[in-house]
Amino acid sequence: MTVNEAPVNLRATGQLARRQFASKLSRYVFLGATLIGVVVLLFLAYDTGRQGLGPLDWDFLTNYPSRFADRAGLRAGILGTLWVMGATVLIAIPVAIGTAIYITEFAPRNRLLTLIELNLANLAGVPSIIYGILGLAVFVRLLSLGPSIIAGALTLAIMILPMTVIASVEAIRQVPPSIRDGSLALGATRWQTVWHHVLPAAMPGIMTGTILAISRAAGETAALIMIGAAGFIAFDPQSFLDDFTIVPIQIYNWTTIPNEAFRALAASGIIVMMVFILALNLAAALIRERFRRY
Amino acid sequence: MTSISPSAEELSAQLRKRPLKRPLESVIIGALTLCALTSFVVTALIVFTLFGETVAFFREVPITDFVFGTEWQALIPPNFSYGIWELVFGTLNIVLWSMAFALPLGLGAAIYLSEYAHPRTRKILKPILEALAGVPTVVYAFFALTFITQDVLRPLLGEDRVPFFNALGASLVMAVMILPTIASVSEDAMANVPRDLREAAYGLGATRLEVALKVVVPAALSGIIASVLLAIARVIGETMIVAVAAGSTPNLTLNPLATVQTMTGYMLQVGMGDAARGTIQYSSLFAVGTTLFLFTFLLNVGAQAVIRKFKESYE
Repeated sequence: MTVNEAPVNLRATGQLARRQFASKLSRYVFLGATLIGVVVLLFLAYDTGRQGLGPLDWDFLTNYPSRFADRAGLRAGILGTLWVMGATVLIAIPVAIGTAIYITEFAPRNRLLTLIELNLANLAGVPSIIYGILGLAVFVRLLSLGPSIIAGALTLAIMILPMTVIASVEAIRQVPPSIRDGSLALGATRWQTVWHHVLPAAMPGIMTGTILAISRAAGETAALIMIGAAGFIAFDPQSFLDDFTIVPIQIYNWTTIPNEAFRALAASGIIVMMVFILALNLAAALIRERFRRY
Repeated sequence: MTSISPSAEELSAQLRKRPLKRPLESVIIGALTLCALTSFVVTALIVFTLFGETVAFFREVPITDFVFGTEWQALIPPNFSYGIWELVFGTLNIVLWSMAFALPLGLGAAIYLSEYAHPRTRKILKPILEALAGVPTVVYAFFALTFITQDVLRPLLGEDRVPFFNALGASLVMAVMILPTIASVSEDAMANVPRDLREAAYGLGATRLEVALKVVVPAALSGIIASVLLAIARVIGETMIVAVAAGSTPNLTLNPLATVQTMTGYMLQVGMGDAARGTIQYSSLFAVGTTLFLFTFLLNVGAQAVIRKFKESYE
């Protein structure tokens, strides 16, 4: 719809008092709609804290899962989450930044580039559970990796790849062309220009986008349940081929047990996970504010 | 941004065309190209695994049973039936009721942020609202089951009328989850409506409410539609909330107080039990997955098309 076609229907009805009153009232109605989300967020935090702070102690963080609520802990989930996140970052970030550099700096402006960007936009909209069954079919079964840390990390890596690339492309495009021109004019090659000037300038933006993608992967549950990470794990991972579980899956398991003591454990798990995710988001926000340049 | 004069642009283009390279650089550029092609590999993997296993599924189950059948009974023997509509209706039920809450609230929030809020208020409120999208869905799932259903819906509407697992609890929490998608994308669209339009309406004596509803919303309509399509795609693909709070009984109904199973809910249920490769349960996972993929793909493509059109109209 173009601007000129926008249907404007304003008649002088003369009911000024009523119209003004409706307009004044509408401010509070719309403000209410906005605040409902905020209120829910605050209440979510309060309710989780009320239920979850009780069981939250050192034993909870260091115990393995258990059939008995007072002995169950998050150790397997925390270690699993850290291992999987580490491997995901190692796999996804180089590929994502490489893709972003290719798109912004080296790709010829042709149909292929449009196709790459369109493909990434569509991949970003694929539900996580689809990535889960992809991981199950390809990494767990076809490559016989089993429900291992590496299978989970590969699944999460391809899941966060599109959003990491899109954020990195955005960050690199923010770097002014004059920086590239200056470097090229002094005789640097295009790769030298990218490596010594464009990438350092774009790094804060790339890191912000990457950290946000990691924080999304850290809360991902469905995809890793599909690859079979919901087992009962009572050992510390020793290699990337070990079975694992993660914090969100432990929360899910405890939520589905119809027993108040386990519900409280789920709330404690949520507190631990939210502290981790909030810390990541805070880091992203700080980097964005600290290095705001162009 | 700085190269405005044509000569500067020409110069810049010239600089990029020089065949200046060090020996290793073609290798680096080759590696970068490979990175960029990974996304095609991912797409190909998705398409081949989904469709490959779906074809295997249709060798066991006639495609007409899947498309026209209205009963889904895939896990409990002996009378298996694979009519997708029960699962599709589970998903539609959640879409319908979550949008019924999220659409008015999201639009209201977008209008407030774009048309009423002081810039400073907006700067505080918008990030808080967007934080709702960053909360992991397993947290929403916990909240839907233990608070919304148990502490609000059942005492309020009666324990005999509201089952422990119901579509409404899941939908309400889902509405909160997609609120920022609708509010944020719609607000961007409204902020892009040229100021002249508002000034003209004010000049004709319109009130703030009239400007918002009769000028800004119609002018930003395509952006609003895109936000709704994106939100629906997210609801359809969301798994944890519905798996925990909506139940695991397929049900051909749009009644919000019924126990339902969505497409994603069924997939997670199979994922929790360990379906062996080659069984019909395993391949049914991919048949349902393909259906889900087609729904979300069409919605996302639709949203992108609408957004593109809307960008053109102001540039």
